[in-house]
Amino acid sequence: MTNHSGHPHQIDSETGKMGMWLFLFTELFLFGGLFLAYAVLRIQHAEGFHRAAQELDIFIGTLNTVVLLVSSMTVAMSITALQKGNKNLSIGLILITVLLAGVFMVNKYFEWSHKFEHHLWPGSEVYLNLDRTEITFYGLYYMMTGLHALHVFIGAILLIVTVFRIKAGVQHAGHYVLLENSALYWHLVDLIWIFLFPLLYLIT
Amino acid sequence: MGNENKYTHVSYLEHQGRFKGIMSWLTSTDHKKIGLMYLYAIVVFFLAAAVLGLLMRIEKMNPGADIMDAQTYNGIFTLHGVIMIFIVVIPGIAAVFGNFFLPIMIGAKDVAFPKLNLFSWYVYITGAILGVLSQFAGDGPPDTGWTFYVPYSADSNTNVIFALTAAFVLGFSSILTGLNFIVTIHRLRAPGMSWFKMPLFPWSLYATAWIQLLATPIVGITLLMVIAERVLHIGFFDPALGGDPLLFQHLFWIYSHPAVYVMILPAMGVVTEIFPTFSQKPVFGYGAIAISSLAIAFVGYFVWGHHMFTTGISYWSRWFFSFLTFIVAVPSAIKVFNWISTMYGGSIDLKPPLLYAISFIFLFLIGGFTGLTLGALATNVHLHDTDFVVAHFHYIIFGGMGFAFFAAMHYWYPKIYGRMYSDKLAYIAWGILFVGFNLLYFPLFIIGIQGMPRRYFDYLPEFHTGQMISSIGAYILFTGLILMIGNLIYHRRRGAVAPSNPWNGVTLEWQIESPPTHENFDEIPVIKHPPYLFKKNDTN
Repeated sequence: MTNHSGHPHQIDSETGKMGMWLFLFTELFLFGGLFLAYAVLRIQHAEGFHRAAQELDIFIGTLNTVVLLVSSMTVAMSITALQKGNKNLSIGLILITVLLAGVFMVNKYFEWSHKFEHHLWPGSEVYLNLDRTEITFYGLYYMMTGLHALHVFIGAILLIVTVFRIKAGVQHAGHYVLLENSALYWHLVDLIWIFLFPLLYLIT
Repeated sequence: MGNENKYTHVSYLEHQGRFKGIMSWLTSTDHKKIGLMYLYAIVVFFLAAAVLGLLMRIEKMNPGADIMDAQTYNGIFTLHGVIMIFIVVIPGIAAVFGNFFLPIMIGAKDVAFPKLNLFSWYVYITGAILGVLSQFAGDGPPDTGWTFYVPYSADSNTNVIFALTAAFVLGFSSILTGLNFIVTIHRLRAPGMSWFKMPLFPWSLYATAWIQLLATPIVGITLLMVIAERVLHIGFFDPALGGDPLLFQHLFWIYSHPAVYVMILPAMGVVTEIFPTFSQKPVFGYGAIAISSLAIAFVGYFVWGHHMFTTGISYWSRWFFSFLTFIVAVPSAIKVFNWISTMYGGSIDLKPPLLYAISFIFLFLIGGFTGLTLGALATNVHLHDTDFVVAHFHYIIFGGMGFAFFAAMHYWYPKIYGRMYSDKLAYIAWGILFVGFNLLYFPLFIIGIQGMPRRYFDYLPEFHTGQMISSIGAYILFTGLILMIGNLIYHRRRGAVAPSNPWNGVTLEWQIESPPTHENFDEIPVIKHPPYLFKKNDTN
């Protein structure tokens, strides 16, 4: 293999991608712990989950699902654009992705602040006076969507960094590991949401 | 004295990067320097936690409160556990010797992601500092024990959040190191080095890295959930809020049991290197040792429930976890048989590294057999949360991983520093350590069976003799540690210059200069033979 005789610090794209895939496994397992907690608590408190889930806004949830799916598409397209040497189109598509991430976060903001208006944040008086089973649902809701939102945020930063790297010419048609890895990360963010959406919003 | 450069080559220690002095270390992406930075950090933390352990033993020398009150004792055993487990033992061999020797042993110039490697070290140091801060910041040292069991860890007024965050951050470092190793082994093996021509230390690191990668995120999220429970009153685990405390124990042990194999597998890898070298014989059952590492890693995921036999989980799950716990002993036993068979008929040279490796087997066997006692349902109920458990896991973790770490230190010392330590002092230190260790921990088996609970700072008079012997052992052990470390530090600059292959080893690290050059190999070697060929005209 070429990388054996060459300079060892030169990361070929296969190596870089492999590292990213392994990292994504750990991310899946991170959320996996929460999914496990969800499964256990859901079995114990099916009815409370059912009731609490009705309070969530399915419209915003659906909208955000669509937003993320589209953003996954645009980021995938940006790779093809860069492969074909179309730098500007690639950057444009990434920026659209980041914009969609922003839309997602704004929606999330409205959704959460709507709950906060009803004094429904973890630890609030209303919250602690809820039925125990509903408390666990909201606990999972805030934890899972909060952690997911954090990942959206990190993913957006990663994509912005990628834009600068493309502009600087470090990432180009012959070498685009960073773009590929950022896109992989973004797909993961999308994927996790696709699981969160039915588990939290659609179980009524 | 002989402080001037006696080597004919520029070693990694003298290699000048962009910066000089301490900065040349702190900014270095050289896997060897990073390995040593881990080493120094770990030794400092190890000594700190050992002092805490000694304080506990002094307290327990006599019944009643002697030098501290109960709350201080709780804080001390918690910090002792947190430091030893998360900062010293889990990174331990993999971060130090793995970083240093993995690339060399597979014929690479560095790990796959050198910058990430340095980053992992900084993450590690951040976590370690947070762990120590938990003692001083806020409302007093955490008192939950290193397992952070809820509901107490969610209720305790002490500084638990710091300790939880520290463990989370350290876990992140562990994940990144594991990831780096897996990619390195997959992508950077020298030409001709197929999987089954790879030395066995890299094999053990490979198995370890998968555990680090797949198990650590689970404890990460669990710790985050406890933090969320404390800060935001989210009811994952608190029954008053609808949660389930058993869920915490499941999630925690899903990581923390495999973590035991993160500690012990690299240790096994180390002694697997040492036995062939000092017997001048190929390792017996190469394939069996390689595969058994993977088997341990795999089965290790499914045994966590044996920590929970007394929590009221169902009969069948207890039965099943007990069964699997016995299964996991099989690959460990295979390794022990292979090590002993490797020595059989060899020309044994009882140098300090081999002495440590043999005592590893001895102590690991005691730890392993008592592990079966604890893995069996009926005896577990009697022994649960007694000092028997404490003795068991110290035999495994300290007697196993600790002694393997010492073995590795003595084995690779000439390669790392290009100097020899004093054999005589090493033998004496070993003797003191070995006696002190057994004196310290063996009595705990006996008083554990008699009913001495763990984590108690006071005890009934009938346990006095056992506790007293144990405390005397602690002093002896500590003396041995100081002597051993002193020997190594003193000869770092003053020892005799080491040849490149002082033990007649055959793996790749012995074929390059001591200490190695910056890029390890001027020319990447081409591998034609399996490792561990000791025939005279076969190597070199």
